[in-house]
Amino acid sequence: MKFNSLAMIAGLVAAAGALVAPSVGAQAPAKEQFFPLLVYRTGPYAPNGTPWANGKQDYLKMIDARDGGVNGVKLTFEECETGYATDKGVECYERLKSRPGVALFDPQATGITFALTAKTTADHIPLVTLGYGLAASQDGGVFKWNFPLMGSYWTAADMLIQTIAAKEGGLDKLKGKKIALVYHDSPFGKEPMPLLEERARMHGFELIKIPVTAPGVEQKSAWLQVRQQRPDYVLLWGWGVMNSTALKEAQATGFPRDRMYGVWWSGAEPDVKDVGEGAKGYNALNLNAFGQDSKVMRDILKYVYDKGQGSGPKDDVGSVLYTRGVIIQMLGVEAVRRAQERFGKGKVMTGDQVRWGLENLSLDQKKLDALGFAGAMRPLSTSCLDHMGSTWARVETWDGAKWGFSSGWLQADDQIIKPMVKAAADKYAAEKKLTRREPADCQS
Amino acid sequence: MLYRENGQFKASYRADQQIFPILQDRVAIGLLLFAAFVLVPMFASEYLLRAILEPFLILSLAALGLNILVGYCGQISLGTGAFMAIGAYAAYNFEERIPGMPLLLALLLGGACSTAVGVLFGMPSLRIKGLYLAVATLAAQFFTDWAFLRIRWFTNDSSSGSVGVAGLEVFGVAIDSPARKYLLCLAFLVVFALLAKNLVRGAIGREWMAIRDMDVAAAVIGIRPVHAKLSAFAVSSFIVGVAGALWGFVHLGSWEPAAFNIDRSFQLLFMVIIGGMGSIMGSFFGAAFIVVLPIFLDALPRWFGLNVDTALSSHLTYMVFGALIVFFLIVEPHGMARLWSTGKEKLRLWPFPH
Repeated sequence: MKFNSLAMIAGLVAAAGALVAPSVGAQAPAKEQFFPLLVYRTGPYAPNGTPWANGKQDYLKMIDARDGGVNGVKLTFEECETGYATDKGVECYERLKSRPGVALFDPQATGITFALTAKTTADHIPLVTLGYGLAASQDGGVFKWNFPLMGSYWTAADMLIQTIAAKEGGLDKLKGKKIALVYHDSPFGKEPMPLLEERARMHGFELIKIPVTAPGVEQKSAWLQVRQQRPDYVLLWGWGVMNSTALKEAQATGFPRDRMYGVWWSGAEPDVKDVGEGAKGYNALNLNAFGQDSKVMRDILKYVYDKGQGSGPKDDVGSVLYTRGVIIQMLGVEAVRRAQERFGKGKVMTGDQVRWGLENLSLDQKKLDALGFAGAMRPLSTSCLDHMGSTWARVETWDGAKWGFSSGWLQADDQIIKPMVKAAADKYAAEKKLTRREPADCQS
Repeated sequence: MLYRENGQFKASYRADQQIFPILQDRVAIGLLLFAAFVLVPMFASEYLLRAILEPFLILSLAALGLNILVGYCGQISLGTGAFMAIGAYAAYNFEERIPGMPLLLALLLGGACSTAVGVLFGMPSLRIKGLYLAVATLAAQFFTDWAFLRIRWFTNDSSSGSVGVAGLEVFGVAIDSPARKYLLCLAFLVVFALLAKNLVRGAIGREWMAIRDMDVAAAVIGIRPVHAKLSAFAVSSFIVGVAGALWGFVHLGSWEPAAFNIDRSFQLLFMVIIGGMGSIMGSFFGAAFIVVLPIFLDALPRWFGLNVDTALSSHLTYMVFGALIVFFLIVEPHGMARLWSTGKEKLRLWPFPH
């Protein structure tokens, strides 16, 4: 027993020493821009988290292999597994944030975004939440460090209502209709509610909220409610295993899949593949195109996968979430490039400088084409006050074997979103005792 | 040789009843406190403070609270996450709705609300025992999950159901740096640990232990089961509630009910079982084992320069961690605290065991 306790003490001492070590030991050489990658490759959200993470990682590898980094600054990265859990995410953030040359964080989870929002403000590190996070953080006047690029849950909800209205033949036809929101019972699933309530009030449709307990493998009671209330449409706000389960339950309940509309996190291959024919007709929003034909995907295959350095299976390259990961990373890299234009080419950018880059992104069609993203997304340009840049998305429909776009590019109605964002941002600022940024602050 | 109490005579009852009767222990604890209060905030890196020590301290506090209920009074509870959540949300509401509410008072009032609910859910313990009670306390868990997700008043009508606090201040000192947050948690832990130790050494602690060992016999010798059990629930959920408030306010800053879900309850119960039931020290060991070890295991491959796939390293962490739990429970079913005290016994005789 004595030996055991001594061995245990020795082990604890070694552990304590090792825990202190990384803060002292990890000194990267200069000229490296570090991208911390918070990912989840395990747990109930892994089927969706993995392609997303692979896309982010592969794009960095490709830029390093093809261009040697950004103007000679090498891009480095390290992954940290969060398992979609907030406390793990906070631990990962603390672990990676003090690395030299940290560019930005993309936590891949709305819950983690909420916990990190106050921390990144104190640490001066931008928080990119493409298509998720806090809808009000579009307002750069209050949320200096948050970037919900390309869309938030409010823009998504708005576009879905527009799509349904178009199918019904006009917004005025929504009167008296019943629309059910089947949502992941977490901040992620609740975020769209204010906008849907506003739209319901404007057009006179009834909004039924049906929560699904995370992670969403058990949905019998939710779909029983759907059966009882007989909504005309179901909006699906799920993530990970919840999506495929919902589609199977819809099939079992007999709810028509072509009257189901998912957010862009409910419209990837892992969500429908297992259901196959059963999900035929199901619609979802999508922020980006997909497939292996675009120039950027060909480059990734050529510079990363052909050398055997790919992060996942080759077939997954160009899938919906993979492409989204690539786009997120591209926007991050372009923000660094933009910041270098102002603060010095070939230098490692600080968090403040990367934030300026993110606030001054201007990616027109020509630039996107040059980057290899022709057709993958719409042009995007951000500003100090608008941290979103654009609100475009399309509706895609599952035909039983593959996704296909069934609408043109849609845009959220700024007339509704803008005042709501402003009000919500002001409320947030009042709660946190913040003041709006001065115009001069935009130049920093 | 060094750890020997020869020549330390106790001349009074007072001296005999100290928490640490041996001089060496007192010196060691003094040094430990000095290191924790002075050296660590000065030298520890931000990562160590924010990501390891802070959760360790707060969850130690919660485990300490649970240990009073499970370890000392023998009432198994699976509702610890719920009592943490009540502490956090109650403190949030006090802070948010009453202007000028001091932080310390809000945290303690959070604990008080948790006490009230804890006593309420402790009532069934008067009739049911053991595993059945564990299932009854599960009700507390599911009830609070439901309440904080659905009743919008508790979350101040936050559209996403997530609440957060900012601008923490204690006696005019802003709790903004990692070192200050750490010190706040440490101060709470030290004060509560001392109070808890004195409670379990006193009459009330003896009542709890009598109930734990055999409640019929305890009732026969004049201990009121109602009083003993409910007071254990009250003290336990107070401490757990304060820990929950600290977890939300200091560690996360912004939280949702998922931060206090059933997994948290299990995690805390495992801390108590692995650390040592009925031991204040065991709560610290258990928290260290459950909080720090996975982080350590997760980071291990990288320190050796191995480039392991993220998913693989995460799975390995779970496997090694699980194996270690089994190992410790086989080697010492009474928890790591028992290992510690056995080690101390042996050390007294070292190097001449008889």
